[in-house]
Amino acid sequence: MALSTPPYDEMHGSEGVRAHYRTFANWLKQTAAEKLQRKRAEADALFHRVGITFAVYGEASGTERLIPFDIVPRIIPASEWQQLAAGLKQRVRALNAFIKDIYHDQEILKAGKLPAEEILSNAQFRSEMMGVNVPNDIYAHIAGVDIVRAGAGEFYVLEDNLRVPSGVSYMIEDRKMMMRLFPELFAQYAVAPVEHYPDLLLDNLRSVAPAGVNDPVVVVLTPGCYNSAYFEHAFIAQQMGVELVEGSDLFVKDHYVYMRTTRGPQRVDVIYRRIDDDFLDPKAFRPDSQLGVPGLLDAYRAGHVNVTNAIGTGVADDKSIYPYVPDMVRFYLGEEPLLNNVPTYVLRREEDLKYTLDHLSELVVKEVHGAGGYGMLIGPAASKAEIAAFRDRIIAAPQKYIAQPTLSLSACPTFVEQGIAPRHIDLRPFVLSGRDVTLVPGGLTRVALTEGSLVVNSSQGGGTKDTWVLER
Amino acid sequence: MLSSTADKLFWMARYAERAENLARMLDVNYRMSLFPQGPQSVNQGWNALLAISDLMGEYQTRYDGITPEKALAFFAFDGSHPSSIISCWRAVRENARAVRGALTAETWETINSTWLELRTMEVSVNAGGDVSSFFEWVKYRSHLVRGVLRSTMLRDEAFHFAWLGTYLERADNTARILDVKYHLLLPGGEGVGGAADYYQWSALLNSVAAFEIYRKVYRDVITPRRVAELLILRDDMPRSLSHSIRQSYFHLKQIRNHQSAETERRMGVLDAELHFGRIEDIFQAGLHEYLMSFIERVYELGERVSKDFLVPTEVA
Repeated sequence: MALSTPPYDEMHGSEGVRAHYRTFANWLKQTAAEKLQRKRAEADALFHRVGITFAVYGEASGTERLIPFDIVPRIIPASEWQQLAAGLKQRVRALNAFIKDIYHDQEILKAGKLPAEEILSNAQFRSEMMGVNVPNDIYAHIAGVDIVRAGAGEFYVLEDNLRVPSGVSYMIEDRKMMMRLFPELFAQYAVAPVEHYPDLLLDNLRSVAPAGVNDPVVVVLTPGCYNSAYFEHAFIAQQMGVELVEGSDLFVKDHYVYMRTTRGPQRVDVIYRRIDDDFLDPKAFRPDSQLGVPGLLDAYRAGHVNVTNAIGTGVADDKSIYPYVPDMVRFYLGEEPLLNNVPTYVLRREEDLKYTLDHLSELVVKEVHGAGGYGMLIGPAASKAEIAAFRDRIIAAPQKYIAQPTLSLSACPTFVEQGIAPRHIDLRPFVLSGRDVTLVPGGLTRVALTEGSLVVNSSQGGGTKDTWVLER
Repeated sequence: MLSSTADKLFWMARYAERAENLARMLDVNYRMSLFPQGPQSVNQGWNALLAISDLMGEYQTRYDGITPEKALAFFAFDGSHPSSIISCWRAVRENARAVRGALTAETWETINSTWLELRTMEVSVNAGGDVSSFFEWVKYRSHLVRGVLRSTMLRDEAFHFAWLGTYLERADNTARILDVKYHLLLPGGEGVGGAADYYQWSALLNSVAAFEIYRKVYRDVITPRRVAELLILRDDMPRSLSHSIRQSYFHLKQIRNHQSAETERRMGVLDAELHFGRIEDIFQAGLHEYLMSFIERVYELGERVSKDFLVPTEVA
């Protein structure tokens, strides 16, 4: 699993082109390079027209960028997807059971499976949620679990995103784009559809309405049109046919939430929020928040409105908690985990710290509260001086870090300046939990467009690909 | 629907209509400036345009003296004041972007692609491009937006708020166009005659797409009184005050709520006055005075619509 071993190639194996890529490879051979170039330009123009762009903070007004879209699909055979899907459902079930336990009886702490101070002193732990019952005992209604493929092709979970995971609009728009650009390919492949995701999501959100509400009113809460993910918020609301609201559109009276409409106040039952906990309610959390709804927490605790994802889910997707997820699967479900965790050294443990300091040049060290690829050391790519500086930071506060072996992420052929070349990818499927646990066959494949780069984040030059799960 | 959404739809439509009328006024001014006449009257046209838009001050802080080139740069592409075509379209697009969930995909994409194209046109028109085809383009894009709205949107509140905005804005804009041109052309009261007059009046009619309509309706020479009658009282003339208020009244009735009765009553009174009014009475009272009072009433109706529907109401 060291960086020196060649990465798993999604398209080519020792036997040549892998079976599930053969039809695509033939098509590619017969398609002129100019046509691909033209289709790529067409995709860019369409994305601009549809406005699938994200705002760039700090640049002149009106600056909008596209997240680069790659026209080579990432193809997953049916058998691989079945394994993945089963593992994802299992993992999200365990995580929901864990969050419920943490905010109620804390059995897992009593059983000694996890050090109590990891939870209780965690910044993401919300004591306001202690003893609060939520519909169906579901906390993480929408989970965007990041999966990578390494070594000889085995899947690993890299992160469980349980707060406000984004990217699902790209999953759908990438599919629409591919069908528009290359309809002939879809005639040759049985690609499982993903465009019904908004239907599933709406059904899921309605299934977790407060008890006694027959025809729940669902809204999507956005920080507003200057947020970088605004396109996605608007897209999801429109696709579900529900109102997209900002904090100022809502108010709380007598522990009920209402939206201000042209016909007076209307009750709101389920809020799919795309705002972090900290900004949700200035009376309960950050008092300077202009984005939230004063009194929302009280209405939520009174059971008069449901908030998805629940407040306080961050305690379960924190990097310091991640190493314990396989234990959660065993503890709550009595099952063996179907998906691998990346082996993780928890530097608050003395032996892990010692090992890490001895092997810094081979490891990736991450800050437990960091996100988006910031604040990390990639040992094999770092200079001696960088490693020395990071070593000092670790020694000063080892509890702030975890370390993992450098994974050689799998690579997928990608259209770049020089033609088609392999680039590293990951996968984010979206797992929905309500009355049941469901997911559409697919997800968002992110690709690191820079040669050799392992960072797929869109903030750092990553792109996206359509993800094809084959039905047979 | 959300008050804030209704507000943005209302203003989205108003700005699209305003951009179009601005292009119409600029186009007619530009064409008039091509007729043989002294520099004095050319300036008068641009001065009048600045006056009706209340923009004289803004203009003078940016430019010395008036030439067609400067005036066009100011009205079309100067994004540093809110009344240029580019500023109007930015507002259309920003409002639409904030409520794109309430629009059909085709409506949104029409608006967004107009904005993206407009930003690239700025360069070519400023570099000596064809000004008149630019104004035509602006008009056609507004036609397109309305067409897509009408052919793709569900007949729900979103639709009615957009059209209410369109027609209130049009009522205001046509009144302003008529006022400024009338005064410019007839400083000393009503009079007829001369080839220059003919071209001036036909240019005014053209600016509101009414030249052929005039011919069809009156089958006679162009007289100022008939022009005023056509643009004020004919409710089958789609850019007239009467038609604009009739349509505003219709859309207002569709969105009626528990506090909008008084606004509806006032709109109904204005509609009835236009429907049963006579041009002789308007001239007797003074056309300018009539138009000023009309613009004021339309403004108040707009304010009342905001208060009844768009400004977030407090806890009931």
